[in-house]
Amino acid sequence: MVTMAAVTPVLAGDVAAYLKRRARWSPLEIAFWIFAFASIWLFPGKYLILKDTAILALFALSLDLILGYAGIISLGQAAFFGIAGYFAGLIAKYGIINEPIVALICAGAVAAALGFVTSFLVLRGSDLTRLMVTLGVSLMLGEIANRYANITGGADGLQGVDVAPILGRWRFDLYGHNGYVYCLIVLFVCFVIARRIVYSPFGLSLRSVKGNALRAAAIGVPVKWRLVAIYTVSAGFAGIAGALLTQTTAFCSLDVFSLERSADLLLVLIIGGTGYLYGGLIGAVIYKFLQDWISNLTPQYWQFWIGLVLVVIVLVGRERMAAWTVTVRAAVGLIGARAWSRVWPRSPARGGAAPDGR
Amino acid sequence: MLTILFDGVAYGMLLFVLACGLSVTLGLMNFINLAHGAFAMAGGYCTVILVNRLGVPFALGVPIAFLVTALLGGLFERTLYVHVYARSHLDQVLFTIGLVFMSVAAVDYTMGSSQRFVQIPDALQGQFDVLGVGMGKYRLLIIVICGLLTVALQLTLAKTRFGSRLRAAVDDQRVARGLGINVGAVFGITFAVGSGLAGLGGALGAEILGLDPTFPLRYMIYFLIVVTVGGTSGLVGPFLASILLGIGDVAGKYYVPTLGAFVIYAIMIVVLIWRPQGLFARATAR
Repeated sequence: MVTMAAVTPVLAGDVAAYLKRRARWSPLEIAFWIFAFASIWLFPGKYLILKDTAILALFALSLDLILGYAGIISLGQAAFFGIAGYFAGLIAKYGIINEPIVALICAGAVAAALGFVTSFLVLRGSDLTRLMVTLGVSLMLGEIANRYANITGGADGLQGVDVAPILGRWRFDLYGHNGYVYCLIVLFVCFVIARRIVYSPFGLSLRSVKGNALRAAAIGVPVKWRLVAIYTVSAGFAGIAGALLTQTTAFCSLDVFSLERSADLLLVLIIGGTGYLYGGLIGAVIYKFLQDWISNLTPQYWQFWIGLVLVVIVLVGRERMAAWTVTVRAAVGLIGARAWSRVWPRSPARGGAAPDGR
Repeated sequence: MLTILFDGVAYGMLLFVLACGLSVTLGLMNFINLAHGAFAMAGGYCTVILVNRLGVPFALGVPIAFLVTALLGGLFERTLYVHVYARSHLDQVLFTIGLVFMSVAAVDYTMGSSQRFVQIPDALQGQFDVLGVGMGKYRLLIIVICGLLTVALQLTLAKTRFGSRLRAAVDDQRVARGLGINVGAVFGITFAVGSGLAGLGGALGAEILGLDPTFPLRYMIYFLIVVTVGGTSGLVGPFLASILLGIGDVAGKYYVPTLGAFVIYAIMIVVLIWRPQGLFARATAR
């Protein structure tokens, strides 16, 4: 008993130190974000596609939280994207909340509320049941939006959305400059929150649930509530992405609920890799680039090539692809660490541990 | 009222023929095949080409569509699907969605995006009037064909040697393998027949369901409803589920047309919450 009492505080200290070390921003991450913000000045003519990429990245980040960290397969992430999109459109159209940032937070809250309610449906049964229920929820919402065409505009989409300038100062301009900066800042803020979540003890417990739910329960992790919580947060993020789309395009149509949107999202995340937060971001960049390139070649049939990419990725094996990205990440991380140590040659605190990119 | 019931049964029978292959493959290999509808579409377009362009009689075109899709299914199974069985559900979903996207775009490219109809012989058009209930001749034909098929499938599954092997493999794959059953071959044949049946359903149903390149996406959810609600052990569950779904959908669209497919999705979610293993499933440890 004496040894127990002596060991526990040391162990707790170790764990805290470990978590702190893991959560440190690596130079590579800092470089990534500097580049992301530099893109505002680097690519002046490309704001529209950059803006779409930022929204897609946020959307993919939301899926990564549940798929990569909690292991929940979902084909219904579009439900949250769509409901918040319509919510943001409607409150702006009828002038209830004009200020975009307040509206964004409200829309995210609405989506999170829906996520909380539906999480109880999703978190039971097998993978197939989960797929069906998530898909069913988003299709049902799509039907509702179609049904109440007098409110949502039905198949014509929600028109006449008039979004006020951000913080009363920056109006959404035609070239999408302010829209892109706005999306990028929102993406960054959400990313920081997500990062905080996954590096917390809560995030660690999620990983244990994903690894083996039964054993996680045995060591005292409340599996169900952890999943409910992360599903709700993820829904909120997806909602913010949907609201961003509505605000920056001043339009919202029924295809926000479509199956293709959820399926494309899975593709984005698979391209980038799951379970390390940057997967969704990198995947979104690659996906948008691919989409832009292919749809320039064959405007009508680009879906074929997207399908082909999916099939090839699975046949080659995600593990092999993941191994490839891990190698690249490790190599880049090593170079980054060397560069870092050259910039700060004497930093004893950073001594041994090389940032592993995660 | 009875006409709605009749139409609903015809629709449900069609859904069963379309989806039964999926339910067996799902139960057997625990494989989520979202691309099942693509085979149904292949059967439909095959019939359109045969009957409308080449002038093959309808009665011959439909069986040929069955054979062509069965061959196609077998081919895909041996070359592509085999590699994905042992993967995670996420990989299976990605793979089959990829196939769906490719089939949609490929058909759009070759056949155009407009809706196609199969030319049905004059003898099958019009309707009988039995005791004041109008019954479309074509729908009656569908009910007869699908009914016979259901009986044949059930007999094959229950009475033949192949059927017992299949059931053994579904119940416990490892033990079946240990008994010397070639599970891979059983699965290949089942997959081919299941795809063929989907093709047959697509051929017969082109008239009722509508045939255009987005067919696999539009009906994917219906097939999955049949399978998840009906359960994957045996054919009786999916059969009852598809009849219910058919009647529910036709009645829903007739009585509350504004709600569209809302009713169906709502019912599905309620059933899945109530019984996640399916409405008619045995309690298994799966």
